Amino acid sequence: MATKASRSAARLMMAPAVVLLLGWMLVPLIMTLWFSFRTYLPLRGGDQGWTGFDNYVRFVTSSSFWPAVQTTLFLVLSVLIITVVLGILLAILLDQPMWGQGVVRILVIAPFFVMPTVSALVWKNMFMDPVNGLFSHLWRFFGAEPVSWLSDAAMPSVIMIVSWQWLPFATLILLTAIQSLDSEQLEAAEMDGAPKLKQFWFIILPHLGRAITIVILIQTIFLLAVFAEIFVTTGGAFGTRTLSYLIFQRVLESQNIGLGSAGGVYAIILANIVAIFLMRIVGKNLDN
Amino acid sequence: MARSINTRRKLINTGFAWAVGLLIFFPILWTILTSFKTEAIAIAAPPVFLNFDWTLENYQVVMERSNYSRFLWNSIIIAGGSTILGLIIAVPAAWSMAFVPSRRTKDILLWMLSTKMLPAVGVLYPIYLMFIKMGLLDSRAGLVVVMMLINLPIIVWMLYTYFREIPVEILEAARMDGATLKDEVLYVLTPMAIPGIASTMLLNFILAWNEAFWTLNLTAVNAAPLTAFIASYSSPEGLFFAKLSAASTMAIAPILILGWFSQKQLVRGLTFGAVK
Repeated sequence: MATKASRSAARLMMAPAVVLLLGWMLVPLIMTLWFSFRTYLPLRGGDQGWTGFDNYVRFVTSSSFWPAVQTTLFLVLSVLIITVVLGILLAILLDQPMWGQGVVRILVIAPFFVMPTVSALVWKNMFMDPVNGLFSHLWRFFGAEPVSWLSDAAMPSVIMIVSWQWLPFATLILLTAIQSLDSEQLEAAEMDGAPKLKQFWFIILPHLGRAITIVILIQTIFLLAVFAEIFVTTGGAFGTRTLSYLIFQRVLESQNIGLGSAGGVYAIILANIVAIFLMRIVGKNLDN
Repeated sequence: MARSINTRRKLINTGFAWAVGLLIFFPILWTILTSFKTEAIAIAAPPVFLNFDWTLENYQVVMERSNYSRFLWNSIIIAGGSTILGLIIAVPAAWSMAFVPSRRTKDILLWMLSTKMLPAVGVLYPIYLMFIKMGLLDSRAGLVVVMMLINLPIIVWMLYTYFREIPVEILEAARMDGATLKDEVLYVLTPMAIPGIASTMLLNFILAWNEAFWTLNLTAVNAAPLTAFIASYSSPEGLFFAKLSAASTMAIAPILILGWFSQKQLVRGLTFGAVK
């Protein structure tokens, strides 16, 4: 159907988007690669020439590298587990017949639309403040000593904030997936006298498999890059320095561009490993 | 009998779901309530929920002190500008991929998606440097472009999935009736594509509004949007819960309202069409 003329017109229509994205990807990437092989300290002597793989070695051998990797993994895994498990339960709950379903859905989804700086600050001050926060009131009410959440339990606090932000996303996608489940299958199982738990395990959960995979992959990409939540709560202190926050500090705070760029290359490789899996799933979906 | 059991189950579901929903929503509700309190009541122990003297004082203070309208305006320009610019570039691209697909269309789409995976922190300094060199640091124009580029893959993808749902047969029928390419685009395709374009705009506006890496790192005073406005409250100064709440409410209110309209598009847009 497509003629030669329409094909070249199509290429022309695609060109701006392709060229722009190619530039947006390649130019900074090449610059980061270039800097990562140089000693570059803008405030202390500028660009001091090639240094081979020194930055890569130094980044990995620095004492803050492994803690940052552990922090990153801990953050990503905890948030994934919390949001997926609670997301499944919430999706099932919201799928039940009830009054005011639409309103409840809105209430559950709302946190996703709150900008990260706002949710981090609201949690930090109005809930987690050791003197005036709501949690401290609650703790005192039960006769317990209030906790300085963001210094004594910094990691769980950050995990809690980030989970609160991402739970709506997981719930919404899993709910969409549940609603596409063929209800006849469940009715048949019901007639055969299958208990609820078995129905969940053998029908609902397998049906959700793909949606869960997608939630995990997409959230991982965003969670690896969590920034504002750490920036405004702890500033990377008290064991909350993730890999991306460490790179941010190397680049902007200590102005060691070479070292930060080498870290950036590591982060890019890490993100791409996750991305490959996501692309496979999405690619398969394009075929049918 | 069966009906009464069903009604009872529905009642229990309703009660439970509302409780959970309100629990999740509570931080937002609490922020909105606190924004109408005086600073003293905002930290009162035990906490006060509804029975206080409502006041608009905090909103006044926040507006006067930090020039809220400028931040708001920056947010609108950055989110709106990047969405419109993105659409201008993405509509033709998605259009051609949906209606004149070639062997490479799928690869191009997947590659576009892959640019979205590039961790921002990995390319922070190059972008920062280019911004300084080009005098774009702390300018709205620079942020509009960056925001457009990071959301362009999502815009193309969303539009593509919408356009693909338009049946090609309609185009063929129009052609049979003697429609020119211009007629085809203007009178057949555009009306069918408008809902998809509208949802794409909505979601991208929200994403750009809430973006908090580039907006915090590439702005200072002139181009700082609401994300930066709020971040300036991160160093506490005496009693400030009520003012923080007022500022927060003003920053999230527009997007909460828009967000409610976009629930369905959110799923499609953020899963790149993999879940509908």
